[in-house]
Amino acid sequence: MIVKEILKDLNKAFENKVRLGIMSALVVNDSLDFNTLKNLLEVTDGNLASHLKSLEKSKYIKVKKEFIDRKPNTQYSATHSGKEAFVKHIKAIEQLLK
Amino acid sequence: MEKEKYISDLKDIRSMMDRSSRFISLSGMAGVVAGALALGGAYLAYETIYLQEQYFDYRQADASDSIVFQLVLIALGVLVLSLAAGFFLTQRRARKTRQSMWDAQARRMVINLFIPLAAGGILCLILLLKGFIGLLAPLTLIFYGLGLVNASKYTLTETRSLGIAEIVLGLLAAQFIGYGLFFWAIGFGALHIIYGLAMYLKYDREGDSERS
Repeated sequence: MIVKEILKDLNKAFENKVRLGIMSALVVNDSLDFNTLKNLLEVTDGNLASHLKSLEKSKYIKVKKEFIDRKPNTQYSATHSGKEAFVKHIKAIEQLLK
Repeated sequence: MEKEKYISDLKDIRSMMDRSSRFISLSGMAGVVAGALALGGAYLAYETIYLQEQYFDYRQADASDSIVFQLVLIALGVLVLSLAAGFFLTQRRARKTRQSMWDAQARRMVINLFIPLAAGGILCLILLLKGFIGLLAPLTLIFYGLGLVNASKYTLTETRSLGIAEIVLGLLAAQFIGYGLFFWAIGFGALHIIYGLAMYLKYDREGDSERS
């Protein structure tokens, strides 16, 4: 019964390693750009882009496109609901490990 | 089985939070080298002051200017050599922690270190030109400490304690101004060596064994 309750809080969106990594990095930074995320996670452009898209669709992250020296620069940041969902997910993991 | 996956998840989360927000590749050995250089510099400075004192009788004004010039040269030498050693050793370590040497985290740490440090440096230069030499040792210690405390949010958390220790030493040095060089040698020399060794034992070695 209790285990079931906890499992409900585990978020499918964060089961994947890359998405888990993206969220971990974004909750402790105001915002990060694509290349910084890519270097941190050590994944390919396409892989990272698809995971970012899916997190964006769930409204866990928001995207801001801007130009720096006429080069496109995309900044990613965690939304309020994204941070909430992530904290809930971590708490659920901690509960399971108790 | 499930449990192991979640334990590894938590580890990943923690490591990613650290790697993305802090510059964790600071080398402990760099601290040891900087400390040794500072002790060497302090010894040279002591010798310079001590030797020149014997000639104080007949060329006091002239001597004090040339002493100051030599002391500044020694200080700059220590600074440049320490930065070079720190840069080299940290780069080697960055390769091991797979963090790049000059990423957003490193930039944030350096900027936050240099805001108090640059302000203190300029203030010291102004005081030096106005002849307040005695205040240089305490003020360099205090501003360096403030810089470390400020930068500690963006690098290894232990730098915060080092910074606070430097500030306390700086204040003591301001009270006992005649022992300025002595406090300076403790702050920049001994403390760096102790801190560097502690960091080396805690992080550098641990990192090495993880990879091997």
